[in-house]
Order: sequence, then structure tokens, then C-alpha cells
Amino acid sequence: MLLAALLLIPFLGSLFAALMPQDARNRESWLAIGVTLSGLAIGGLLFPQMAAGEVLRAEFAWLPAQGLAFVLRVDGLAWVFTMLILTLGLLVVLYARYYMSSDDPVPRFFSFLLAFMGSMLGVVLSGNLVQLVVFWELTSLTSFLLIGYWHHRADARRGARMAFTVTATGGLCLLAGVLVIGHIAGSYDLDAVLAAGDRIRSHDLYLAALVLVALGALTKSAQFPFHFWLPHAMAAPTPVSSYLHSATMVKAGVFLLVRLWPALAGTPEWTWIIGGAGACTMLIGAFIAIFQHDLKGLLAYSTISHLGLITVLIGIGTPLAIVAAIFHILNHATFKASLFMAAGIIDHESGTRDLRVLRGLRHTLPITATLAIVASAAMAGVPLLNGFLSKEMFFAETIHVGGNSNWWMSYAAVAMGMFSVAYSLRFISVFFGAPAQNLPRDPHEPPRWMRFPVELLVLACLVVGIAPGVSIGPLLHLAATATLGEATPAYNLAVWHGFNLPLLMSLFALGGGVLLYLVLRIYFGLQQRDRVPLIHRLSGAQAYETVMAQIARGSEWLLQRLGTQKLQPQLLFLMLGLLTVPLLLAGQPPAWTRIPQQDIDPLFAALWLIGAGCALAGAWMAKYHRLAALMLIGGTGIVTAATFLWLSAPDLALTQLMVETVTTVLILLGLRWLPPRIESMAGPKQPLWRLWGRRSRDLALAVGGGLALAALTYAVLVHPASDTIADFFLLNALSGGGGSNVVNVLLVDFRSFDTLGEISVLAIVALTVYALLRRFRPAPESASIPPQQRFQADPASRQTPAEQANSGYLLVPGIYLRLLLPFMGVIAVYFFMRGHNLPGGGFVAGLIFAVAILVQYMLAGTTWVESHIHLRSHRWLSAGLLLACLTGLGAWWFGHPFLTTHTAHLDWPLLGELHLPSAFLFDLGVFTVVVGTTMLMLVALAHQSLRAHRQPGKDAEVEIPGTVTERTF
Amino acid sequence: MELILAIAIGVVFGAGIWLILRPRTFQLITGLLLMSYAVNLFIFAMGRLWVGKPPITPTPDIDPSQFADPLPQGLVLTAIVIGFATTALYLVMMIGARGLTGSDHVDGREPRS
Repeated sequence: MLLAALLLIPFLGSLFAALMPQDARNRESWLAIGVTLSGLAIGGLLFPQMAAGEVLRAEFAWLPAQGLAFVLRVDGLAWVFTMLILTLGLLVVLYARYYMSSDDPVPRFFSFLLAFMGSMLGVVLSGNLVQLVVFWELTSLTSFLLIGYWHHRADARRGARMAFTVTATGGLCLLAGVLVIGHIAGSYDLDAVLAAGDRIRSHDLYLAALVLVALGALTKSAQFPFHFWLPHAMAAPTPVSSYLHSATMVKAGVFLLVRLWPALAGTPEWTWIIGGAGACTMLIGAFIAIFQHDLKGLLAYSTISHLGLITVLIGIGTPLAIVAAIFHILNHATFKASLFMAAGIIDHESGTRDLRVLRGLRHTLPITATLAIVASAAMAGVPLLNGFLSKEMFFAETIHVGGNSNWWMSYAAVAMGMFSVAYSLRFISVFFGAPAQNLPRDPHEPPRWMRFPVELLVLACLVVGIAPGVSIGPLLHLAATATLGEATPAYNLAVWHGFNLPLLMSLFALGGGVLLYLVLRIYFGLQQRDRVPLIHRLSGAQAYETVMAQIARGSEWLLQRLGTQKLQPQLLFLMLGLLTVPLLLAGQPPAWTRIPQQDIDPLFAALWLIGAGCALAGAWMAKYHRLAALMLIGGTGIVTAATFLWLSAPDLALTQLMVETVTTVLILLGLRWLPPRIESMAGPKQPLWRLWGRRSRDLALAVGGGLALAALTYAVLVHPASDTIADFFLLNALSGGGGSNVVNVLLVDFRSFDTLGEISVLAIVALTVYALLRRFRPAPESASIPPQQRFQADPASRQTPAEQANSGYLLVPGIYLRLLLPFMGVIAVYFFMRGHNLPGGGFVAGLIFAVAILVQYMLAGTTWVESHIHLRSHRWLSAGLLLACLTGLGAWWFGHPFLTTHTAHLDWPLLGELHLPSAFLFDLGVFTVVVGTTMLMLVALAHQSLRAHRQPGKDAEVEIPGTVTERTF
Repeated sequence: MELILAIAIGVVFGAGIWLILRPRTFQLITGLLLMSYAVNLFIFAMGRLWVGKPPITPTPDIDPSQFADPLPQGLVLTAIVIGFATTALYLVMMIGARGLTGSDHVDGREPRS
């Protein structure tokens, strides 16, 4: 439970942070501090078990059918990383409180930051590889959001996109790699995978798994050739750079390599791929860092270089190298986070990060300068600081790896050491010299608590550097034994090992670095140099942009060749596919066993003679005679309803009939906005041969499609039905569902989840229609009142619809229809109540009720009805959905699965025994949603006429039927 | 009966195909309406044809073979209602596209002749 809390708290905090107001800087910070502190407290509680070498696991069912469980697993390594993430998180939150300006939307920042923290914890705490990849991608996503935090800036957007593309693609590779490992090891569980190391290494797919995992890890840790995203990610606010892009997220890659070390390492391939990438990165990153002019850019490249160093250590792969790698991960996080924060302070206080402008800051920022100089010294590997110790271990490893003959690795290490001394000197050069005069702002020391995290981190550098054994020793031991197990080597964390080769290398690197810096500075104009010498052509970012542009161009080309913007060819191909693909896929038709057929009823034949005639005539008329076509198609709809009734489906018949009515009214309301299309006024004719060519092609397709479906239907109908689940429904509807109308029981009980989805779709469609129509502006020529209604000789044309119904020519139908309203209401209730046992139900009743209201609209006009009936369709929608959901949730109350029906039997006076299943309430929800949907859509359409007339300057002479202000419907 | 229904489904579906290949939005909508009738009838027919045997069970002890198949009926009922919703959506798209582009051609602009 503790583990789950550890993971959940940051995500919950993220949710809360997102809900706070824009200017709640202090509350946001307190929330984030609280989140990290509680995480640290949980971590502290776990320490005794960690120290005893235990591995804690918590399992939750995830996809049991696939053998996947959600596993949280803490061992020493995960625990150390957890504490690292939380401690640095705490410091960064504190720093960010002062760094973020009051204009920045802080809820977004803290929400993303906490979400990132949660994802990062998820990565280190995952005990299942697939789950690890999920959190891995989550860190990519949150990193994307954080880099793009200032999304009004083009460089931030570009950097975010680049970082996300590279790391998320790497994440996909990692997923593939993990799947391969899971395939080899037979399980995704981390313990099982780590135990199956020998099997994995000897498997044929080992190389594939290794390359894929390496791609994931190297992209994440910004290793060559994927290093280019990290400098662009510096567009993020500095707390983000400090936290994600130096201390934690970029460490995820090397963490993963350490994590999988027992399973994958120990082969030449491992050393070449991981070590090779690391060595290139280490040298290139350090070299480029010297020539940066942006403080954060310098730090970014130095981060790349240090990550390369760690990667080389992991690539070397000896147990001692792994210890050194973990040690350097911790050290680097400490000094680099503090350096980023110092760079942020300089930026914050002086308004620039340009190394060409900044100088003499030690006069105005004395304390910050001291801190940054100490941290830079740690970065450069000066003795008595933590960076020195792990670099020393690194040097010692490089001597071992080549044996006695091959010294290349050692040369590379020393070169990298020299470069790092040079860029560290470059970094601290901003503090020396005469104070700069032309800075955008006058620098002052930052607020006390903004500097505090830097002080603490620098103190840590010193303590670890002077007394490593007592400070970092236990933690390192924990992490190392958790990774290496019995292979944990004996190592000595002392400052003084005697005068040996690594020390000599260190001294040489220090001296050489100083010399290199001076030479570059004095003879090569380092301060003003624009390009990185020798390797300036090696631009990963350029390659990335080129590839992206090529992909975009390629897809454009494909789209032009293969796609079309025109709808008709698309539909044509769709229909062709519909016709041909099943033919190609179909195998041998089954044996032709006829079953006795129903006798042909001449009445049924006549019915369909009408129905099919209506369909054909409707198709013929649809171009020039829309009203006629609509009625003809309605005729086919009614014949369809009659067919349902004939063939034992009374529920369908009722629903079809009501839907038919409502659809027709709906389309009638829409017809008004279409352009006139009159045969005699048709535009320029196309060439006759093309016209007939197209028509005969379409006709052939239509005939073919119709024949195919007819043949298929007939073929199915003359075959005996196979066993279906129908019997289950028929046998259990009354006994289990408490209703004798099986179709209704099916909808509101057996398959009620489906129905819940369906009414949600209805509600969504209604709201979409409403939203689309709010923005709708009719074409100018259909905005005015149609000529038929402007016929002056007709007295009705001078009356509003309400006047026509109350005193005009519609007086008699008006009285009838108003009289009918309560009756139709009763009919709706009747159909609703009997729905469970006889044809009817929520759908039908809802439609009947909607039609009852609709008739009033049609008779007396929108304005009159809405001044008499206050129907708030939105509320009907939400009430219905709520009722349906609550009914479903109610089942949980009684300990049953979602939407289980419960039947209560009540004895009511007069009515006698009434059985009231909870499906009844659900059906009531359906009813309410259907009424709300129908009314919302129809009323929104009807209102367009009112709105159109109110356009200024149009039809001023025509009497306007709706002068009342529009109400919200 | 089977033959009549099969032919009817074919005719309605064919008319629908013809209409959705036409250039005007209103023709498209009517075509979709016709196609949905045909497809609903087709799905419904998958439960075979039963005359006078609606799936309404008066007592719990019944012979299931004496009732129409309720499953396709339930599916088609859902399909009818969803079809209604999509028709409404098409309709609003139709009038919206007409207002926005000034044309009722399916591509939003009159074809070049």
C-alpha cells in the first residue's frame, strides 16, 4: 500500500495543482512541497527494509489474461533513484517558486512537474517491463509539455517537438525490445527477466533485443547520435532543465541500462554498442560544450558528455564500473542541478545568459558566484569534491578495459577530462573580470530561498567529496548490491588512494584543461567564436530537420498520388471495395441445403412493390424535387416498419415508425436552407457523353451492389439457422430479467451497457448539432423569408404562426392538436410503462413524447410554444444520462457488477402488486435522453429561422415572426 | 417471402448506392437513409423470418424454437436510433456546409465544367 501511495501521490497532486487558480503561486508550491515531502517520508519508512536487502513488491491485476500484472517493486537501486527524484524534486519546487514569474500560468507548470515526478517514479518503481515502458513514455510526454511550457515561443515549441519525437520514438523501440525480452524470458516480470540473463544472452534474438533496448536508452539519455534534442530542450524554464534534463529524466536511460545489466550485459555486443555510443558522446559533448555561448547550452552539452561517461562505464560492464556509474549518476545529479539553478539565477538577475556579455558577476552576486565555482570545480573533477571521486573511478576502469596494450580508452578519458576542465573554466569566467555595464538588468543576489537549493546541493558536493565513506557510502552500497547481487566487488570510497595512475591522469587532465582553455582563449578567440571547430558540420539537429522535412514531403507526394479531395470518387471506390473484397475473400460456398420457405403472401408482395417503387422513384426525384423525394423515401420507411411488424418484431416497427416521423420533420426543417434547384434553370450542361458515361457507371455499380446484397440475403434465408444465443435470452428474459418482452429486456438488462453507450452517443450528437448550429450562418439567398410566405394576397402571410393558429386559418386544427397534447402524453406513458412486458419502452415512448411537443411547434411556431412551455432540453439530456448511470452504479451498492438489474415487488393500493425492476429506472433514463436529444436537435434547427430573420438590414419590410428575444433552448 | 424480402433489400440498397454517388448533399442524405433501411432489414433477416411469433414470452417455461430471434431485433433497434442520430448530424453538416461554402455540392464547390 505504501508503494502504491508513493506512486499515486504525485499524480493526485498534479490533478489538484491543475485545478488551482492562475495566480496561486504560493499554494501551488506548498502543495508540491507537501507531495514531495510525503514521498520522502514514505521513502524514509522503507529504508530499514532496504538496508536489510529486502525487495518489496506490490502486485495489482492489470491484464491477467495476458499475464500482465501491475507490479511495483523496490530494491536498493530503485530506492536510491526514488530518493534522488524526490529530493531534487523538492529543491526544484522551492527554486521554481521564486523563478517563475507572476505572469506565468503556474498551475500548469506545477501540474506538469508533479505528473512528471509521478511518471519518473513509475519508471524506477516498475516491476514489470511493459509497465515500465508506459511510464517511460509518460515521462517523454510530460517532458514535452514542460519544454513547451512557454508555448508562445517558437523555439520552445520546436524544442518540445524535437525532444518528444526523438524520445518517444526511442520509447517505441524500447517497447519492441521489451517484447522481445519478454518473449525470450517468458515473462515481463522484472525478477523473472533478471534471473533469465543467461538464456537471454545465448538466444538468437539477443542482438535484436539489445539494439532495441539500446535505442530506447540512448535516445532518452541524449547519447550520440541522438544527443541533439537536449540542447534544444533548454528552451524549457530553468527549473525544468535542472530537474528533467540534468538530474532525472535523462538519467532514465542509464538507469534502464543499469537495471537490465544482469539480463543483457557481459557480451562484446553490449560493450561495443553501449560503450561505443558513450565514448563518442562523451568526447563530442565535452568538445562542443567549450564553444557554447549560452550558459544553459554549455551545461546541456556538458550534461550530454557526463551522460556519455556514465554510458561508457555501463558499457565497460564490469561490476566495479557499474558501481562507478551509479556513483557518477548521483554526483552528476548533485552538481549539475545546482549549476543549472545557478545559471537560472544569473539569467533571472541579469536578464541574459550570453557568455559573451556576462562578466564580473562576483561583484554583484558574491554568494552565488562562490557556490557556482565550487559546483563547477566538482564538474571539472577537482579533488575534495564529489566529481573527482567518480571520475577517478572512471579513469581506473578505462585503464583496466584495454589491458596492457590498448590505451585508447584511457586517452579518450583524459581528453574528456581536459575538455571538462576547459568548459568549467569557461562557465566560471562569467564571475571574473570587470563588471559588465551593458546587461539588460542590474544583477542582485536572489531571494534567500531561491539560493537555498543551490547551497544545499553544493554542500552535498563538498561532504561527499571530503567524506565519501560516511555520506554516500551506504546509499551506493544499497544500489550496487541490488544490481550486482553476489558480484558486488570490494571497493574503497576514499579520497586518497596513494599516488597511482588514475591520480596522475586526473592531474594531467586538470593541467591540460587549464592550458587548453588559455590557449583557446588567447589564440583562438574562444569568447567570440561562432562555430565549433572541426565538427561543426556534425549537426544532429540539421539531420533531424532534414528527415522530418523529407517525411512531410513524402507523405504529401503519396497523398497527391493516392488520395483525392473529392468525395464521389472516394465513395465510388468504397462501394467497389464493398462489392469485390468479400467476393475475393469468400471461399467455397457451403452446401446448398434448402429449408422449407414461408409461403408468399400477395399482400406482402404488394407492400414491397410499393416500398421498392418508392425507393426507386425517390432516387429519381432527389435532385430536382426534394420534397417529393423525401415523402417517397418516407414511404419506403413505412413499408420497412410494416415489414418489421409482419415479421414478428413489433418493437422495431414502433421505433421505425416514430423515427421516420421525426427524421422527416428534421429534414423538412433543413430543406429550407438548400439552394433552389429547378430543372428548367439548371446551369450549363456537361457534355452528354460524359454525363451518361458517369451515370451508366454508377448505375452498373448500384445494380451490382443491389444484386449482391439480394443474393446474399436470399442465400442466408434459405439456410437453416445455426445455434445462437437467442435461446438464452428467450429462456431467461422472464425469469432473470423480470419482463416478458425479450427485446426490451435485452436492451435495458442483458445488454444495458450497450444501451448506455448508445444514449451517450445520442446525447453527444445532440450537443454537436446544437454547437454546430450556434455557429451556423445561412447562405445569403436563403436567409430571407421564402417567396411562398410573402404572397401578399394571402392574409396568412401577414400573421405570425401563433396568430394563424389562435385566430387564423389554423384555428380548428390548433384546437384539436392542443387538445391532443395531454392524450399523447398519456400514450407515451402507456408505451413506456408496458415496455418491459409488451412492445414499447423508453425509446418509443421518448419519441412519442417528442412528437407530441413537436406538433405544437409545427402548429403555433417556435415563439409561441416557447413562451408557454419551458422545455430545457439540455437538462433532460443530463438528467437522463445521470439517471441511467446512477442506476448502473446502484448495483455496486448491493455488491453486484455494474448495471445488474434488481427487481422489487411493491404492493400499491388500487394498483395491486407492481413489480419494479431497476431496469425500469434505466429505461426512464433512456426515455429522458431520447426526449432531450430529439427536442434539442429539432428546436436548434427551428431556431435558425428566427435567427436568420434577425440579421440587420435584411427584409425590413417583411413582418418578422419572432421578435421575442431568443431563449436558451 | 424470403425471395420478396431479398429482392426488396437489393432494390433499396441499389437505390441507396446510386444516390450516394450523386453530387448533391441532399441526394447523399437520402441515399444514406435508403441504405440504412436496407442494412437494417438485412441484419434483421439474419434471424430468419418468423410470422406471428414475436419474442414475447408469456411464461418462463417456453419452447425457444417457437419465438422469433430477439437478438437481431435488439441490434436493429439500436441501429435505428443511432441511424436517426447520424442522419441529424449529416443534415446539420449539409446545411452548415451550404451556409459556409455557398454550394450544395458534396465537395463544397461547384465542379468545373
